[in-house]
Amino acid sequence: MTTTLLAIGTRKGLWLATSEDRGSWSLSAPHFLMTEVPSIGIDTRAGRTRLMIGVRSEHFGPTVVHSDDLGVTWTEPADGAIRFPADTGAAVERIWQLRPDADDRPGVVWAGCEPISVWRSDDGGEHFELCRGLWDHPHRAEWGAGYGGAAAHSVVPGPGGTVHVAMSTGGVYRTRDGGASWQPRNTGISAYFLPGPAPEFGQCVHKIARDAADPRRLYAQNHHGVHRSDDDGDTWTSIADGLPSDFGFVMLADPRRGGRIWVVPLVADGQRIPPDGRLAVHRSDDAGGTWQRLADGLPTDEYNAVLRDAACVDAGDPVGVYVGTRGGEVHASADAGKSFTQVAGHLPDVLCVRAAVLS
Amino acid sequence: MTVRVLLPRMLADCTGGRTSVSLDLIDGATVCAVLDALAAEHPVFDRRVRDETGALRRFVNVYVDGDEVRRLAGLATPVPAGAEVMVVQSVAGG
Repeated sequence: MTTTLLAIGTRKGLWLATSEDRGSWSLSAPHFLMTEVPSIGIDTRAGRTRLMIGVRSEHFGPTVVHSDDLGVTWTEPADGAIRFPADTGAAVERIWQLRPDADDRPGVVWAGCEPISVWRSDDGGEHFELCRGLWDHPHRAEWGAGYGGAAAHSVVPGPGGTVHVAMSTGGVYRTRDGGASWQPRNTGISAYFLPGPAPEFGQCVHKIARDAADPRRLYAQNHHGVHRSDDDGDTWTSIADGLPSDFGFVMLADPRRGGRIWVVPLVADGQRIPPDGRLAVHRSDDAGGTWQRLADGLPTDEYNAVLRDAACVDAGDPVGVYVGTRGGEVHASADAGKSFTQVAGHLPDVLCVRAAVLS
Repeated sequence: MTVRVLLPRMLADCTGGRTSVSLDLIDGATVCAVLDALAAEHPVFDRRVRDETGALRRFVNVYVDGDEVRRLAGLATPVPAGAEVMVVQSVAGG
């Protein structure tokens, strides 16, 4: 029997949904009720399923907890998983991203945080170490805060020592030495809200994803602009033709099939609603050359946005696609987006979803 | 000297279920020393009320005999013998 786990992080708690067929879902009682859950990582490596949750209390701050029994019990290191070293004079505000690395690097987990920082764990997400190379980057003083805060919101590990991150606002940065040194990689990505030609950095890239077949191919949903890079981020070209809008927050890549990606367009930065009030995902099977609108089963009267981490894919076959709205609805597709069923409704604002197929 | 500390019920899972403790401190101890003493036994509690720079979190308040320490000397506020120190979350969020 195969069970699929869908973890739903909201502004007021975490819900866990499970399904045997990805069509009929069972929803748990809330975990961490009345605390924000902006990040989830599900690590299925090393023969166990570990849930890692970035929790943030308005009163009592952020922390990372984990569970190895699907949420029956939660564990938190006494000394904290993510803590800025004393010499930085900084404090973690929010954990935006928890990302297990590749299968051949079990135990390695990456985190992206606010203030803008990237962290690496070598013990499965129990303790993280600050990537000094990015923290000490000479550009850091010029990085700004997006509306949601100044955060490294996307961490995308690649082969060898390559990791790409995206931050708001700063754009895409890449390391090829495991985090020791970082270079901006934004050529071809616009920053229309800044005067003059597009700068080397300062873009407000909303989400990036790596192609399943070609690790040098990346995709980006920008603050107006949808882009692809075929050279590991060195240059980017627009793949927005065929979409109803080039604005949105989501960028998903199929973990099994190269060239297949999904976005969830919103009208514009000044109108963050689905086009015509009809929620839809748009899928490309040719790396952004053409797009297909997919909305079967999605609400036709929807005026809530889908945030950058409120959409995900699983590793099933066919791949599952999940989207959650700021209106508290979560929809699941078991057929790569062709059709959706509702998993949950009337939840608080959905901040993040992550899914995994458990054997 | 001995001081009594009242702890927020919301953090009882970080303090072994306790909502009040008595601490023996040296004369002239400060609010920071009170929190340090609590941290030694309840490190998770400490991370809830202070960030890693040692600053009191924005929506956590500490009172010494009814006076909010931000209006006094902050964490350097002295705690007299026999004082009652209250740690309490402010009304925030929703």
